[in-house]
Amino acid sequence: MSDIPTLSAGSHQRHGSNIGQPLTRRDGLLKVTGGARYAADNNPDGLLHAVLAVASIARGRVTHLDVEAAKAHPGVVDVMVPGNRPALASDPDEKSNPFMFRLDLLQNDRVRYAGQPIAVVIAETFEAATEGARLLAPTYETEQARTGLEGEPFAPEKVGAGNAARAQSGDVEAELAGSARTLEAVYETPAQYHNAMEPHAVVAHWQGDRLVIDTPSQGLAMAVMRVAGLFGLTPDKILVRSPFLGGGFGSKGFLSSAQILGILAAKLVDRPVKLALTRPQMFGPVGHRAPTRQTLRIGLGQDGKLTAIDHATLTASSTFDDFFEPASDISHTLYAAPAIRTSHEAVRVDTGTPLFMRAPGEATGSIALESAIDEAAETAGLDPLEFRLKNYAEAEPISGLPFSSKALRECYEQGAARFGWADRPREPRTMRDENGLLVGWGMGTATFPALMFEAEARAVIRADGSGVMETGAHDMGQGAWTALAQIAADAIGLDLTRVTFNAGSSDLPNAGIAGGSGHTATAGMALHKAGEAVIAKLADLATEDEASPLFGADNVGVIARDGKLLRRDDESRGEAFGDILKRAGLSNIEARGKAGGDNAAREHYAMHAHGAVFAEVKIDPDLCQIRTTRLVGAFAAGRIINPRLVESQLFGGMIWGVSFALHEEGIQDKRSGRIVNGDFGEYHVPVNADVPSLEAILVHEEDQLVNLLGIKGVGEIGITGTGGAIANAIWHATGKRLRRFPIRPADLLG
Amino acid sequence: MDFSISLTINGVERRITFDDPRVTLLDLFRERLHLTGTKKGCDRGQCGACTILVDGRRINSCLALALSHDGASITTIEGLAKDDQLHPVQAAFIENDGFQCGFCTPGQIMSAVGLIAEGHAGTDPERVREGMSGNLCRCGAYAGITKAVIEAQKSAGEARTGEAA
Ligand code: FES
Ligand code: FES
Repeated sequence: MSDIPTLSAGSHQRHGSNIGQPLTRRDGLLKVTGGARYAADNNPDGLLHAVLAVASIARGRVTHLDVEAAKAHPGVVDVMVPGNRPALASDPDEKSNPFMFRLDLLQNDRVRYAGQPIAVVIAETFEAATEGARLLAPTYETEQARTGLEGEPFAPEKVGAGNAARAQSGDVEAELAGSARTLEAVYETPAQYHNAMEPHAVVAHWQGDRLVIDTPSQGLAMAVMRVAGLFGLTPDKILVRSPFLGGGFGSKGFLSSAQILGILAAKLVDRPVKLALTRPQMFGPVGHRAPTRQTLRIGLGQDGKLTAIDHATLTASSTFDDFFEPASDISHTLYAAPAIRTSHEAVRVDTGTPLFMRAPGEATGSIALESAIDEAAETAGLDPLEFRLKNYAEAEPISGLPFSSKALRECYEQGAARFGWADRPREPRTMRDENGLLVGWGMGTATFPALMFEAEARAVIRADGSGVMETGAHDMGQGAWTALAQIAADAIGLDLTRVTFNAGSSDLPNAGIAGGSGHTATAGMALHKAGEAVIAKLADLATEDEASPLFGADNVGVIARDGKLLRRDDESRGEAFGDILKRAGLSNIEARGKAGGDNAAREHYAMHAHGAVFAEVKIDPDLCQIRTTRLVGAFAAGRIINPRLVESQLFGGMIWGVSFALHEEGIQDKRSGRIVNGDFGEYHVPVNADVPSLEAILVHEEDQLVNLLGIKGVGEIGITGTGGAIANAIWHATGKRLRRFPIRPADLLG
Repeated sequence: MDFSISLTINGVERRITFDDPRVTLLDLFRERLHLTGTKKGCDRGQCGACTILVDGRRINSCLALALSHDGASITTIEGLAKDDQLHPVQAAFIENDGFQCGFCTPGQIMSAVGLIAEGHAGTDPERVREGMSGNLCRCGAYAGITKAVIEAQKSAGEARTGEAA
């Protein structure tokens, strides 16, 4: 992207190793000046505005839309309804793989959830389109909505991204029966909505048989394939641009119905169209985190060791598609016990299909498991940290695999020391602050798998000694423009200022998906490999050229540093990249690289990032107002590419943990099936004043097995552990175990 | 029917004609003047992404009808830097990593400039957090935002002391 200027390099002096430096964001200048262009900031000539009309019932049929009234409104150009929606090459309800989620593209008059698109009004102005959508005044044939977790449960085969829904090791029932003490508790987590600050938007522009779309995407290559399939186009006819996402959190991993409807609208009117969701429309067609009811049964020996963990989740998917929140899976990795069993059941409800949402399964499972572990520690009469150390998993519990690395003990140690955990009285409701507020301290363990996906990258070295590194990576705020550029520059031995880094567009090599906290590792490894390959080509040129000081050095090898190739055995002998290319008569040289999980290592090792989170809450004993006042997290997540950005990711995750424990909850009206709090006034996410003093300690960890760069990923782990730590701190402050999230002041009254 | 108002936008006086009384300042900037730095996060005054300064005061531009602002002087994120010099708040946001995705950032920065001008938050983190709580950041960049505002407030204070001396 040529409009990403490199910030003047004041904060970047060192040459040779870009990785590890706390650089400020390379896209910072654009972001603080309003120059970063998000999808809805595009205004091509001839642009029309489209506004969705969405269903206000959760189940039934649309019986009438007053299309005439809408069309009669000045400025309205057309109204797209099932009858005139342009034909598609494939059925939006077709599902040929588990990640192909069914879409609502006006294929019929059926309504299967509240907020489902039922028409699109296209107008010369946004105001006219908005009024046109209102004038449609839909009428419905309404059926009773199915809501809640009370329906008939069934057992899905797969949960999450294709994990087995059931797993076990040992005999849970026998262990529980033989345990000195057992406890059973039920935890409930609500529906949550991603609510990236940027509502999903698309600007679609058909140029003959070519389609250009500006839309936020966490998976550009998948987006192209989805559009290609729906519209019967070859992928080379489709360009998706997504240089900046205004947040994603999983909801922009797959193109939503809304985005495809924008493309259809542009086709219908044969003009470029902009369609952006309203905030309330973010509570329907773009995914959410499904609610769960988790039952944990835990067995304890006399010695305070766990004998059994039984973690059963009941969750919900939509009536027409499958996504099952894999909450129980968290119990696979954290605590050692002779018997562990995890299982999932689900009901079907009239909502949009749930989806991956930041730490899908891990976040929901963690808050339940960490609460239960705290209850178990209390039952065992042990300090929660001591209890966790006593039940520390030296190998991954169910699989029995060794960990590729696991610096969790160091996380516990450093986090506890920083927080001052040693001074915590074991008894609850024993601490007060100077104002008489109840004070509680709690902790939780954090964990998230170290995933890798497949990606490609391209590396170019030019005769002027500069480089171009590119991959279609996605920056949704995690800092890809910066962190990946750091990796890219190191991969070709250049200072960052000499490298043009391109990302954010589908015409670049496939960078996979920005999800599962695996993007830096995946796209980073592809860049690393591409760099290695182009350096190898350059080295071949030099070592075979008698005129080069590197002639004949192919046996000892060369290394790339500061724009030069150097003999590995004698670094005083070397040659600049540009000189090698010029003598060879080349203006540039290029190579590609690929990354993917190393399956051999992955079969033999369990790979996870870990952490420990310590929370302090203060609670008004009379009004029961709850404030998180301090959070300290210590995380071990392999190599840190840019500590400044990593700290921000961890803080963001921890704030989502605060939100999980205390704030967010999507409430579905039992009668109508509508989300009753579908906006930022009623769906609470933390504001600045809700956020306590935060500390994130980056615990040193080296791991050569996860990938060559040693990266584990940090985007999601911060949520895990944090929610439980806060719930446990609330118990410690009040003596009350609250098992339904979010915890509200009313829950503490009485 | 056409309406005509005059606005001073980022120091430039403009006569603006538009055909619809429903147009908000936010949509006027974004869709008609193509000043897209100001963002729309909710369109109903609940998120602060659209914060701008009107006659020096911070407001949610999604709740402000263009028609009722004839004669107003407006600053948007595009007008903050002067002669390629970042405003201290902008510089502090970069240095303190006061954002991730950047979507709330124009609103945060305008709100911070407004807050500093109001003068009742000072460098007290609690007050800054409170004063910035009309601006949601779903990425959770609040720690950096708070630090940035305090740092900018300090440099503004120093500048003032300098001027006085
Ligand atoms: S867009 Fe104006 S407050 Fe949210
Ligand atoms: S930086 Fe993403 S919403 Fe604030």
